[in-house]
Amino acid sequence: MEFAELIKTPRVDGVVLHRPFLPLVEGTLCLTGHHLILSSRQDNTEELWLLHADIDFIEKRFVGSSGTIIVKCKDLRIIQLDIPGMEECLNIASSIEALSTLDSVSLMYPFFYRPMFEVIEDGWNLFLPEESFKDLESMTDEWRLSEVNRDFSICPSYPPLVVVPKDTDDDTLLKVASFRHGGRFPVLSYYHKKNGMVMMRAGQPLIGPNGRRCKEDEKLINATLRAGKRGYIIDTRATAVAQQAKARGGGFEQEANYPQWRRIHKTIERYSVLQDSLIKLVEACNDQSHSMDRWLSKLEASNWLSHIKEILTTACLAAQCIDREGATVLVHGTEGTDSTLQVTSLAQILLDPSCRTIRGFQALVEREWLQAGHPFQHRCAQSAYSSGKLHGEAPIFLLFLDCTWQILRQFPCSFEFNENFLVLLFEHAYATQFGTFLGNSAAERSATLKLPQKTVSLWSWVNRPQEMEGFVNPLYEPNSLVIWPSVAPQSLQLWEGVFLRWNRSSKCLDEAYEEMVHIIEYNKELQKKVNSLRRQLAQLETEEI
Amino acid sequence: MENIRTPKVEHVRLIDRTNPRRCSVGTLYLSSTHSIFVENTEARRETWVLHSLVSSVERPPVSPSGNPLVIRCKNFQVFQLLIPQEKDCLDVQASLSRLSRPERYGELSCFSFNPNLNKEARDEAWSFIDLRGDYVRMGIPSNLWYITAANSEYRVGMRCLSKVCDTYPSDLYVPKSATPSVIVGSAKFRSRGRFPVLSYYHRDNSASICRSSQPLSGFSARSTEDEQMIQAIMKSNPASEFMYVVDTRPKLNAMANRAAGKGYENEDHYTNIKLQFIGIENIHVMRNSQQKIIDVGQVRSPSMGDFLWGLENSGWLKHIKAVMDAGVFIARAVAEEGISVLVHCSDGWDRTAQACSVASILLDPYYRTLKGFMVLIEKDWVAFGHKFSHRYGHLDSDPKEISPVMDQFLECVWQLMEQFPCAFEFNERFLLQLHTYVYSCQYGNFLANSQKERRDLRIQERTHSVWPHLWKDQAEYSNPLYRADHSQTQGVLRPVTTPYCFKFWKAMYNRLDQASAARQSPADCLSAVREETQQLEEELSTHQEVPRGTVHSPTRQGIHTHRTHNQMAPITQNSPVMPNLFSYAVNGLIQNSMLIDAVQHFRFHI
Repeated sequence: MEFAELIKTPRVDGVVLHRPFLPLVEGTLCLTGHHLILSSRQDNTEELWLLHADIDFIEKRFVGSSGTIIVKCKDLRIIQLDIPGMEECLNIASSIEALSTLDSVSLMYPFFYRPMFEVIEDGWNLFLPEESFKDLESMTDEWRLSEVNRDFSICPSYPPLVVVPKDTDDDTLLKVASFRHGGRFPVLSYYHKKNGMVMMRAGQPLIGPNGRRCKEDEKLINATLRAGKRGYIIDTRATAVAQQAKARGGGFEQEANYPQWRRIHKTIERYSVLQDSLIKLVEACNDQSHSMDRWLSKLEASNWLSHIKEILTTACLAAQCIDREGATVLVHGTEGTDSTLQVTSLAQILLDPSCRTIRGFQALVEREWLQAGHPFQHRCAQSAYSSGKLHGEAPIFLLFLDCTWQILRQFPCSFEFNENFLVLLFEHAYATQFGTFLGNSAAERSATLKLPQKTVSLWSWVNRPQEMEGFVNPLYEPNSLVIWPSVAPQSLQLWEGVFLRWNRSSKCLDEAYEEMVHIIEYNKELQKKVNSLRRQLAQLETEEI
Repeated sequence: MENIRTPKVEHVRLIDRTNPRRCSVGTLYLSSTHSIFVENTEARRETWVLHSLVSSVERPPVSPSGNPLVIRCKNFQVFQLLIPQEKDCLDVQASLSRLSRPERYGELSCFSFNPNLNKEARDEAWSFIDLRGDYVRMGIPSNLWYITAANSEYRVGMRCLSKVCDTYPSDLYVPKSATPSVIVGSAKFRSRGRFPVLSYYHRDNSASICRSSQPLSGFSARSTEDEQMIQAIMKSNPASEFMYVVDTRPKLNAMANRAAGKGYENEDHYTNIKLQFIGIENIHVMRNSQQKIIDVGQVRSPSMGDFLWGLENSGWLKHIKAVMDAGVFIARAVAEEGISVLVHCSDGWDRTAQACSVASILLDPYYRTLKGFMVLIEKDWVAFGHKFSHRYGHLDSDPKEISPVMDQFLECVWQLMEQFPCAFEFNERFLLQLHTYVYSCQYGNFLANSQKERRDLRIQERTHSVWPHLWKDQAEYSNPLYRADHSQTQGVLRPVTTPYCFKFWKAMYNRLDQASAARQSPADCLSAVREETQQLEEELSTHQEVPRGTVHSPTRQGIHTHRTHNQMAPITQNSPVMPNLFSYAVNGLIQNSMLIDAVQHFRFHI
């Protein structure tokens, strides 16, 4: 297919662009295969380059012979284009609609994007499972790297290499895979160096209505327990939901068969509920005419902060079991690709200081989201302005980023990265020139789409020193402790940096941030000077003697 | 002392609010001014609670572990005690109930508080804030405004009526063209004689903010003098052709007042005024609303839905927004339109004080400095007769007079700080401390209900002033992001007042609640960096041996002094910094977990 077929009118003059906080721009609108471009064609004026993939929804309005297109973006921004001429407007609108909803992943911009920078460190090779297993090996010999899934036949959503208990052979894994949803047999998610406790994740066990049982499954997870110690199974679904799953072939671990495990049910909602919550929240944030009562009631009705609270609470619980109880934890929901990953990744942020560094956080996203098979392509196909029938779209990853922001806000000195870095990941998960978040699984990414060969990794770009500068938290002081955030409602806030970003100017807050950077940089500069003078002084003193 | 039935109770347990299973055992002492809890540990940690800060003492049903006693403070702290003997518990309750509700001013702690200052130092402290100086700073007196002696004895128009304006200060500024007879006539036509006087003068364009009480207009009454007064105020802003009269009440309330012979200015009688109603509710609505938000802050482990519903239901943020909107309207009129504004409500000492002081803060960067903020409170609140003792329940009196008027003003300032982090020289801690002092009566500044009452009580001879005390600790109260030459520090603040810009003030309504306390504070962190920077600068200047006039202690050697920033309220000398256990599990599934929180240390090594 040629993009040209979809572009009925490639160019319109005299288009007026309205953007939040920026003056109107009048200029020429151009459509290319991947971008909507508006340029005033004068020097020194900013141009708009908008990825079609970033467009969530458009609305058309007509007054007389001219039309207006309201473009609602996946990053929640809303812009408006006034286009002279009814026909031009209709053509542009239908082209945008077609180009922003391309079915084929391989037509997406990352496959066409050529970096304007030199790739010094290839992000595709930064976080290899073999490497992280070496770290694990240096701490414990109880685990092994299994290649049982090398051709993705056992579990299509798992990567080729997974970490499993040493004494569990690949045949056992095959049997366990058939007992777990999507073939997602329990694998190691995190090893807590401090006390040797571990966190595992899996899909739900396929108990079914008849109470099926799998001895190999029991053996596998029991192999991770210390003698005489109990483990915890954290099921991210409410008890009733987990019960209902039995009728559809799923279910949860029966006490009788797993006597050494204690099961705790939490209530993290399914993706469709979460998508609905996002839509309601953004709608509430965008309506400036609300009275205080109406705003608070809409905020409450969106339930977004309730979801944040529940996810964070569950992650804290998992971390508490591991660090305080000294117990092994197994986390699963239904598929094990959504709420499970929210919990396991957030728990690691609390437990493991390295996840609070920039590289460590990238590794966490790579390990617990991309390799672990979170279906980014499906979940991020639409954002808050989606309407009509949805196909598994949900802000699972955005909720994870929001929870991370909540922790960052409570521990502003313990993270090497700042809020901008989280916002960046949100944007790129939804629309991007990089290949990192394309596809739904490791299998799709490497085998089908060949992303490492055909696209550039987000990490290749973001880790360049000149880009990194904007994402470093000036307050960062490495903190080797486990951190325990408050999950009280009073302590959780609306993430303004994402949800109010286009509704109110952040000028004063940005200035405050700059001021903070300035204060800290000046301090460092003085420290350097003083140190060098002290050295000189010491030298002079020894010379005198 | 006769009120203390039992001065000492042993084996008392102080229960941790955030985790009822944890408590400390110690001895409770009752002094004439404080309840003091001393832990039976090596450290002998002490918790001090001023009697005047206690708002209620409740005795929930007896439990097997002892007789519970809940002490709630006016700054929203809560202390839960368990006392072994019922008799002791009753005695403590009775003593505290009595001690926390003094009947006479003389019983208040400011009259016994002695910070060891000699008479000269005390007098000097009382002259720390110079209100005449502030008017001079604004360019007043001028050829348009003068200071009138009309109220020098707190009785405007003494020949006609005595005690016409005993709630105003003696220094009042009025337009040059307002003759004594106009003043007297206008005072007679205003509730409690509170005629229009100058509160703030905007030097840049001669627009001003004046304040008064409501006119006694009823349905048809009018006063030529009052009309002349308004005219005179308008004329003092030569460039303008009209002025605003801002009635901060909801229009319905203002109309209802007409039936009682009060009300608002009739636009037919006053030429060139534009009347604007703002809709700030009365003190009773505010009192109930605050009670609801206090309850919201004190619910143990609420769900997000409970919390947000409670927040909405309290109406508190709606009221804060109304006060802010009033300030924004006035500031915009003055700064952008160059139009003078007369502000009033009913009596002109609650909503009017709020609206004028919020507007002044928005307009004038000086009021956003530490000293300027003190001046503003001394001017718009203390001098203009905000009824501190009534509103904050200093004495055992009519509970219907109590209302969180000042709380709302302080919260507006806090909301502004959230929007303009670099604009204020002082920090949140300063607002909280001030809030405590307004209620606690340790210092005489906020005593009684008017300047006249304070003079009659000889406050300046018998008590101390809080301002020099706060000034002395300014390092503790300074905002590290403030810089005198920063753009946010200059000019007028234009806050956004869309509902989502208003937040729940956690530090106020969840005071010292460790489970929700910020784990790390960027501001404290930055303060430490700035302090260290200063020391580095000093060290540099000694190393380089460059004589610099600004450096006062050039001999400091190493830089190893790290300050602690935990001195929140002086009433609890043990402000707990070590967050304690709390469980994320439901149904107490994990009971034996002892979570000792990760306490963060900020270290900035060289």
